[in-house]
Amino acid sequence: MSEHISSPRLYVGIWLSLMVLTVVTVVAAQIDLGAFNTIVALTIASLKAVLVVLFFMHVKYAHERMIKPVIAAALFFLFLLLALSMADFATRLWI
Amino acid sequence: MSDSEVAVHNPALRHHFAEVEQQRNASSLGMWLFLVTEVMFFGGMFCAYLVYRTAHFGDFAAASSTLDLKLGTINTAVLILSSLTVVMAVWAAQTGKQKALVMYLLLTIVLGLAFLGVKGVEYAEKFEKHHVPGPTFHFAGAIPGHPDHPADPRHAEMFFSLYFVMTGMHAVHMIIGIGLFAFLAFKASRGAYTPAYFTPIENAGLYWHFVDIIWIYLFPLLYLIDRHK
Repeated sequence: MSEHISSPRLYVGIWLSLMVLTVVTVVAAQIDLGAFNTIVALTIASLKAVLVVLFFMHVKYAHERMIKPVIAAALFFLFLLLALSMADFATRLWI
Repeated sequence: MSDSEVAVHNPALRHHFAEVEQQRNASSLGMWLFLVTEVMFFGGMFCAYLVYRTAHFGDFAAASSTLDLKLGTINTAVLILSSLTVVMAVWAAQTGKQKALVMYLLLTIVLGLAFLGVKGVEYAEKFEKHHVPGPTFHFAGAIPGHPDHPADPRHAEMFFSLYFVMTGMHAVHMIIGIGLFAFLAFKASRGAYTPAYFTPIENAGLYWHFVDIIWIYLFPLLYLIDRHK
């Protein structure tokens, strides 16, 4: 078997990054950035999610090649759900 | 095929798989497909949240600012730490450290219970303040940045409905995860997992990390709306 085993040091490093990003998102929420507050909060959340998926869920080193397309499909259908719903609800007053 | 190959046949390898790696890949892909269905399950709630938050942003900000930011941040830290202990449990299984595996699984259970305990304290506060949607719901906050402009209680109630449904479903997933890890810790203490076979540890880990990611999004969306005003 040629599976990849990450070192505990990498895991602790990822954990520290996640903790720092949590502090950053709480601090950033106290600063008035106008409409960018939401964008900053969601960007930091997505950064954290990417770290978890790549390193804690081992997608970076996965041997099974179908995992990445499966994740891309999930994100695409989530995008369809949110975007098409908002295309309806956000434009109802435009008539 | 030589006789020696038959002799070292891995007992963990099911006969419908050609080799251990193919078996691992298949179970891992199956787990990811399950997680995709979970993305869509939570996606429906995130979609409802997005629609109502866009329509009633000020009222959502008023309701959000009544949540306890300190407890929410502590819980985020607890959950992220539990993700570290889970990934260390997988590492212990990969490297054949049985005692460490059991210890990391038990640590994860403790952290999961701590998260639920804090959540329980937060829920109790909602009952005391009558912020639980229903006939006794009461909300008298003002829209952040507009002290003389009271928030519409019906829209605040919608925020709390979404708050309870989303954090509630998240908590249900954590309870299931804690049950899974209790079962796995019991099996691991009896030596069920070796570097040649630890698929249940790996897949339960994937599930736990997914639940962590849901919280990573719930935290800013529920707790951090317009906090600066």
